[in-house]
Amino acid sequence: MATVDVEGVRKSYAGREVLSEMDLRMADGELICLLGPSGCGKTTLLRIIAGFVRPDAGRVVVGGADVTRLSASARRVGMVFQSYSLFPNMTALDNVRFGPRVAGLGKPEQIQRARELLDLVGLSAHEAKYPHQLSGGQQQRVALARALAVRPQVLLLDEPLSALDAKVRAQLREEIRRIQRDTGVTTVLVTHDQEEALSIADRVAVMNGGRLLQVASPATIYRAPSHGFVARFIGSGAVFSGVAEGGQVRVEHLSLAARAAAEHAHGTPVQIFIRPEKVRLQAMGGAVPDGAVSGEVCETIFLGALTRVRLSVHGTQTPLNIWADLASEHAEAFQPGSHVVAQWDPDAPRVMAGGDTAD
Amino acid sequence: MKAPIAWVFIAAFLVVCAVFLIAPTAMLAVQAVTDDDGLTLQYVATLGEYRYRVAFAHSLYLSLTSATVGVIAGGLIAFAVLKPDAPRLLRVVVTSFSAVAANFAGVPLAFAFIATLGSLGMLTTMLKNIGIDLYAIGFSLFSITGLTLVYSYFQIPLMVIIITPAIEALRPSWREAAENLGASSVQYWRMVGLPVLAPSLLAAWILLFGSAFSAYGTAYALTSGNISLVTTEISAVLSGNVSSEPQVGAALSVGMIVVMVLVLAASHILAARASRWTVKS
Ligand SMILES: Nc1ncnc2c1ncn2[C@@H]1O[C@H](COP(=O)(O)OP(=O)(O)O)[C@@H](O)[C@H]1O
Ligand SMILES: [Mg+2]
Repeated sequence: MATVDVEGVRKSYAGREVLSEMDLRMADGELICLLGPSGCGKTTLLRIIAGFVRPDAGRVVVGGADVTRLSASARRVGMVFQSYSLFPNMTALDNVRFGPRVAGLGKPEQIQRARELLDLVGLSAHEAKYPHQLSGGQQQRVALARALAVRPQVLLLDEPLSALDAKVRAQLREEIRRIQRDTGVTTVLVTHDQEEALSIADRVAVMNGGRLLQVASPATIYRAPSHGFVARFIGSGAVFSGVAEGGQVRVEHLSLAARAAAEHAHGTPVQIFIRPEKVRLQAMGGAVPDGAVSGEVCETIFLGALTRVRLSVHGTQTPLNIWADLASEHAEAFQPGSHVVAQWDPDAPRVMAGGDTAD
Repeated sequence: MKAPIAWVFIAAFLVVCAVFLIAPTAMLAVQAVTDDDGLTLQYVATLGEYRYRVAFAHSLYLSLTSATVGVIAGGLIAFAVLKPDAPRLLRVVVTSFSAVAANFAGVPLAFAFIATLGSLGMLTTMLKNIGIDLYAIGFSLFSITGLTLVYSYFQIPLMVIIITPAIEALRPSWREAAENLGASSVQYWRMVGLPVLAPSLLAAWILLFGSAFSAYGTAYALTSGNISLVTTEISAVLSGNVSSEPQVGAALSVGMIVVMVLVLAASHILAARASRWTVKS
């Protein structure tokens, strides 16, 4: 097992920069989830670590050794692809022992190791089946076992669950986490599903447009996103672009309470991020207090103990939505169509520099 | 009755097969063993004559070699132009050329080769001028080797056309997975690429074998019947040049059909073994 350092890696295709100045340090045995929208360069980064793509600049260091110039077959970096990567002409067992086999291990050892790994992924009973006889989830388990059979220093998983249905997905996600802990292999899991990333990662790396925006624990990513994009992508609250004005952020004609805005120069563009559990709702009655907003309830989503209420803020040019999470027994009062006042503790919102919501 | 339209087409196809394939074959088979006096093996026995043994030997040799040359050369060409880093233009040119060349047969093909590689052909003369006298070192366009060469001219592009879809169906992720697991390119091809392609290669070989075995025009135009093939012998019988007994022609045809059936049966057994991983269980 090993640490992984990606240092100053850049990659362009036909003059278009796909990765710009990428730096990522991974501790030994860490599980990092790489999260970002489609086309942001996640696969490219993984393929650079695996050795399928040469970076234009920068280095990839695995366990202290610079592997940038090594071919993919010499790296001992295991990879699990999105789907359909099992060799169709081989049984599950033969797929898993492929690595030990090409490495020249004796046949009894190949088979023994393959059986251990099939056992680890819970597929011992299916070792004689061909890929087409296995379900999608089973195929991905075999692919995982196959990648681990060469005892890789690093394991890379490129959206391994995206072709599976939700139930199998959740199950296999937990299993990947368990196997990763058991084997202690340093792992990068690419996903575009934030729930997946937050639930299993040691750290989450959020990417957009070929850049890493924030690399932090799931809790930090959730509570203290560093960029509007991160907050928006994690989807855990409302993000608005506005202008810092002392202890408030002005969005169009509204002034939203946010003590953190005072750290930004008066009049500079900022983004304000308000998490739903911090928002309190009240039936509309009389004037709207300073720093609060009024709006109309658009929908309520029952989440069990909590109910998430979405309101559309009154009287803005661009439609603004605020979410509020309420205990379900209190949510009854806020049916769609009702007019409410939303307020929050001025210390609750995060204020981030930059007005560009796309960054 | 899930797809009645499909059944109509399948039924029509079966009727066409019955009328134009099975019935004539049966008639030929009957004709080959009967004469005015009833059953006889006399005509089948003529197949053992030297003349016809040579014809079968030539036809088999020509079909086996040209099919094998076609599968190997055509397969390699298709593989080379389908590589992801191969220029797109090359792919388009090779595919278009193959589509034309694979259908270029018969008298025009023979003529084209006589004009280039005949004893006074363009290429023969050019090579002679630089000191290589093809005909002096034993080559002749009008020999069985020459025929093999001419047949390869349509066999290779035919192979390119039929194997292209199979090569395109090889997933890049298999190759990358193999590489990722430490396999060399040779190991990938030996353990994954060729086994996956095997059923298609076998099917292609059969098709090429059949196309050479039943070809007639090119060989006749090139050798004027001097090199006997089963097809040219049948034609000789039918035109009454050798004998006036159509039963000999029928016996020869039945012999051809038997060879094709044997080849198909053998390939079927091989294909079943090569593709056991796609057989649904
Ligand atoms: N081989 C390539 N040639 C040209 N462009 C590429 C190539 N690979 C990826 N790209 C481009 O790089 C960008 C990032 O791709 P990718 O890393 O696959 O994104 P992601 O995995 O995050 O969806 C995309 O815009 C894609 O079109
Ligand atoms: Mg991708």
